[in-house]
Amino acid sequence: MLKRTSAIQSFLKCSSNLTPQYTAEKYALKRGDYGALTQDDQNHLISLVNGKGIVGEKELEGYNVDWMRIVRGKSELLLKPETTQQVSSILKFCHSKNIAVVPQGGNTGLVGGSVPVFDEVILNTSLMNKVEKIDPVSGVVVAQAGCILDQLNSELAEHKLMMPLDLGAKGSCQLGGNISTNAGGLRLLRYGSLRGNVLGMEAVLADGTIVDCMQTLRKDNTGYDIKQHFIGSEGTLGIITKASVLCAALPSSVNLAFLSVNAFADVRRLFSRARDDLGEILSAFEFIDNSCLVCLEENLKLTPPVDQSPFAVVIETHGSNSTHDFEKLEAFLESVMNDGTVIDGCVAEDSQKATNWWQLRERMAESLMHDGYVYKYDVSVPLDKFYELVTVMRERLGEKVLRCVGYGHVGDSNLHINITTPAYSKEVDQLIEPFIFEWVSQVNGSISAEHGIGFKKTQFLHLSKSAEAIAQMRLLKNAMDPKNILNPYKVLPLL
Amino acid sequence: MVRVAVGVKRVIDYAVKIRVKPDGSGVVKDSVKHSMNPFCEIAVEEAVRLKEKKIAKEIVAFTIGPKQCSETLRTALAMGCDRGVHVNVPQLDALTPLQISKMSAKIAETEAADLLIMGKLAIDGDYGQTAAMTAAILDWPQATNLYSLQHNGDNATVEREIDGGLETNEIKTPAVLSVDLRINQPRYATLPNIMKAKKKKVKALKPADLGVDVAPTLTVVKIAEPPTREAGEIVEDVDALIGKLKDAGRI
Repeated sequence: MLKRTSAIQSFLKCSSNLTPQYTAEKYALKRGDYGALTQDDQNHLISLVNGKGIVGEKELEGYNVDWMRIVRGKSELLLKPETTQQVSSILKFCHSKNIAVVPQGGNTGLVGGSVPVFDEVILNTSLMNKVEKIDPVSGVVVAQAGCILDQLNSELAEHKLMMPLDLGAKGSCQLGGNISTNAGGLRLLRYGSLRGNVLGMEAVLADGTIVDCMQTLRKDNTGYDIKQHFIGSEGTLGIITKASVLCAALPSSVNLAFLSVNAFADVRRLFSRARDDLGEILSAFEFIDNSCLVCLEENLKLTPPVDQSPFAVVIETHGSNSTHDFEKLEAFLESVMNDGTVIDGCVAEDSQKATNWWQLRERMAESLMHDGYVYKYDVSVPLDKFYELVTVMRERLGEKVLRCVGYGHVGDSNLHINITTPAYSKEVDQLIEPFIFEWVSQVNGSISAEHGIGFKKTQFLHLSKSAEAIAQMRLLKNAMDPKNILNPYKVLPLL
Repeated sequence: MVRVAVGVKRVIDYAVKIRVKPDGSGVVKDSVKHSMNPFCEIAVEEAVRLKEKKIAKEIVAFTIGPKQCSETLRTALAMGCDRGVHVNVPQLDALTPLQISKMSAKIAETEAADLLIMGKLAIDGDYGQTAAMTAAILDWPQATNLYSLQHNGDNATVEREIDGGLETNEIKTPAVLSVDLRINQPRYATLPNIMKAKKKKVKALKPADLGVDVAPTLTVVKIAEPPTREAGEIVEDVDALIGKLKDAGRI
């Protein structure tokens, strides 16, 4: 581990606030052959949104830089449409002038996909924040793409419903962004992916055509499922303006257990046991390793409810009958304690405790940022090799890094492996990539489980998708956005 | 060493958004998360600390309410109480603090408690009466809203939170004590203790066993949500502000 003197510590405090290098310079990129935004163009676009826009690179720093502070664009114009029609007019105009556009929601993406690389116009959905309809019987919500996840949950709670996904960014992330990245999160284990929960959608194509695939009923097998193109394609095939989502019933019984475990083999065993014994009430199964607990304590002064151990597991249950659920949970916990799978643990008796203990998992990303620069990886690895990647990387990087931590949705075979240094180091970057992706590819894992490709992983796409599959992607992109004005430099590798 | 009795109440969880029933007869409780009243948790913690300091020899946790209250009792046992008493009352809402106090007093007597510790209030009723009334029924001294407790086996020195600050008292046992928020930080019940708690004895009682009549003496006429906060108004200048305040009869 790098030694942390007080000089480094104060540098650390500053470096996470340092403005990152321009992406284009850092990666020596060439701007695509797009039209330049003239003053007239700018004025016209702003008039299309009734003045609701921001002009000037200086004013746009918060929108030109991502949450992780690893990429930075040079956009001079941000537009905030309020209606689908406005989105359509904007795209129609930009298409005619060959002006590139970046769709942006809450700007919480972790792969540099939500900010420009050069001077693309930012189309920000924040003002498209109306919840149009909630049907309490079918559990379907129709909402505009700019609705923030947390706010959706507040409104849905009035009808005893909740969104089927949950992630740490819920206070800022928006529905359109979630869908366009097929966001996963803490409860995918129980409620499935957005690909199954999005029932209908309205999206706008690169040339301004509004594609209406709105539907609020569960079953609709009529022709090709066009909306699936827009789910997970990260804004490169169209901009989602509205969606209908199948919500889950708000559980009246929520339980949280925080467990200490000695070895990763025990985490695996615990997961099998949880699936068997807790069955249908299991709603989340997350793990954090010891280095995460150390990071949380050092950077955020957060401590776990039990003594530190090599691994900690957070298990959550959702159900409709607290007596039934608690009985099941208790029986399960008793048996895994008695057979030694678990060495200690706690059960949250009230919501406040549950919220506090969840922070130990949900604020991991934030706590790592305090170290300075985070090299963040989100991979799918088969469970039998899951933690091996962390030990391999630790050995490979040794003293060159501050931390190498592993945590994540072990229930979905999704590992978040993060490495930190006080400031960006090309040497460390090159030691990590492409090694980490090649390692994952060799075990037939995915180089990006849920964060997407964005800007950061385009050149590694081939490690998780065959050449033919990528060729199909290009076919689709060329058909839907032949001018490549929608979120260029993202997802598909530059040719 | 003293024997301590601790009262614990099962209430709607602190974080739940309370909803009033459409007919105004009460709040929605079905399928709503319940947990131990936070002040009762603090009371249990204080009792367990007395045991750890070897001032208390035994802690009896008791609760009054429907069968689901056994969960609350189990939490108290998992935190370190030795045994429990559950007085089964299907409709807890219908009881008044006076009836609860009578039952608590009886339990303190039958369990031969030297100290009766409770939370200063329950977050649902918000009455804050039970500890004081129980003391009066028992004819025991009382110290309420405790910020700190030092007990030497015969009497206690306590600090109470009052409006002006802290008041220090000395109190002889047996006594009734009620705890306030800042006296301690309750421990988490860890798994090994939760397992042990399952083997601890719980006595099941009915109000009749305690000689208390639970026929309702209070009728709730109506429950309504507080009026929604209205939007504010922005005024042009100070004169306009003064004018508006005068119109509203505020100045």
